[in-house]
Amino acid sequence: MQLAMEQKYSQEELEKRFQDKIDNDIKIEPNDWMPDAYRKTLVRQISQHAHSEIVGMLPEGNWITRAPNLRRKAVLLAKVQDEAGHGLYLYSAVETLGADREETIDDLHSGKAKYSSIFNYPTLTWADMGAVGWLVDGAAIMNQVPLCRCSYGPYARAMVRVCKEESFHQRQGYEIIAKLAQGTPEQKEMAQDALNRFWWPSLMMFGPNDDDSPNSALSIKWKIKRFSNDELRQQFIDVTVPQAELIGLTVPDKDLKFNEETGHYEHGPINWDEFWEVVKGNGPCNEDRINTRRSAKENGEWVRAAANAFAEKRKMRVAV
Amino acid sequence: MSKNDWPLWEVFIRSKQGLNHKHVGSLRAADAEMAIENARDVYTRRSEGISIWVIESNNVYASDPSDMDSLFEPSQTKVYRHPTFYVVPDGISHM
Repeated sequence: MQLAMEQKYSQEELEKRFQDKIDNDIKIEPNDWMPDAYRKTLVRQISQHAHSEIVGMLPEGNWITRAPNLRRKAVLLAKVQDEAGHGLYLYSAVETLGADREETIDDLHSGKAKYSSIFNYPTLTWADMGAVGWLVDGAAIMNQVPLCRCSYGPYARAMVRVCKEESFHQRQGYEIIAKLAQGTPEQKEMAQDALNRFWWPSLMMFGPNDDDSPNSALSIKWKIKRFSNDELRQQFIDVTVPQAELIGLTVPDKDLKFNEETGHYEHGPINWDEFWEVVKGNGPCNEDRINTRRSAKENGEWVRAAANAFAEKRKMRVAV
Repeated sequence: MSKNDWPLWEVFIRSKQGLNHKHVGSLRAADAEMAIENARDVYTRRSEGISIWVIESNNVYASDPSDMDSLFEPSQTKVYRHPTFYVVPDGISHM
C-alpha cells in the first residue's frame, strides 16, 4: 500500500499530504503512507512503552505473595495483570507498523531496546507498593493522557484504554501510602522512606531537560508528543506535592518552594548523572530485570511449542 | 517467523446485546480457542464485552488507502441521496 502511494505521488507531495493530515488532527492509520522516520520513531517509542509495562510487573510482582491481607493481595494482582494487558495492547499497536513482536522482545532481552529506568530500582518494603502506585503510575498518567491524542490511531486508542485502567492504579497506591502515613511511627517512617527513594527517580521518568532532548521537536511537529518533558514534569510536581503534604509526608527536596507569582513549585536540581547511569544499565536492578525476562521466555519455550503441537493436532482431526 | 511463533488474530467484541461486534485490537495465539481465551483476559477485564469474535489477521483483506478517492468519491457527489437535498414547503411536518 505504501508502494501504491509512492507510484502515484512524489516524495514531496506525500510528505505534504501527511503533514497536512497531522496539522488538521486527522489520525494516521496503519496502511496510510507515512515517512520512514515517523514509523521508526513510533516503533521505538511504542515498543519501549510496551517493554516498560512488562518489566514494570516485576517490582510489584515481588510483593504479591507478601501483601499484608487478602484485599491488598487481590488489588495488587489485578494491577499487575493490568500491566500485562497494557503491554499486550502496545505490542499489538507496534505490530500494526510492520514490526515483528518477537523481534522487539528479543531487542529488549539483548539490551538493544530500553524501558523506563524507574523499574531498575528495587521495591524494598510494602510501602514501596504505595510509592510505586502513587508516584510511578501518577507520572505515567501525566505522560499517557496526552498520548491519547497522539497522531497515530492504534497508539492513541491503546492509550485511551490504558489511561482508563491506570487511574485505579494510582488511587490504590495512594491509599496504601496514606494508610501507612496514618499508622504507627514505624509505619509512617516506612512511608516517608519510600517517598524519599522514589521521588527523584519519578521526576526522571519524564526524561531529560528540554534543552537535552533533541528528538522532541520532531515528535511535537508530528503530534506524537503534545507537551515537553519539562512541562509534564512541572505538572506532576504541582499536583503531587500537595498530595504528600495532606498525608503528612515531606518531599525530599530542600530547595522545593511554591512560587506565588507563577503558581508553580520550583524544585532543586535533578541528578542527571544518576539517570544516565541507570539508562546505560548500571542501576541497582537492570541486570536482574533482564535476566528475569530472558529466563521467562526460555523457560516458556516448551509451553509455546506444546500449544503449537496441540493446535496442529486439532487441525488434523478437523480435516479428517 | 520462527516455528514457535503464534499467528496474529484480530479481536472483535460485542459490548452488549443489540450492538455490533467492534474491532478492539489484536493478539497472538496458537489457535482460535486460545485466541478467544486470551482476548477475554486482554480485552474484557472490566466487563467490556459479552461476545468475542477472533479472525486470523492473514484472512483480512483491506481496501488500499491510495484508492480512497476513486473508491469513495461516487458517494460524495450524490447529494440527492440525503434528505437535506430536498426543500420541504413550510407547514409540512412529519416528513
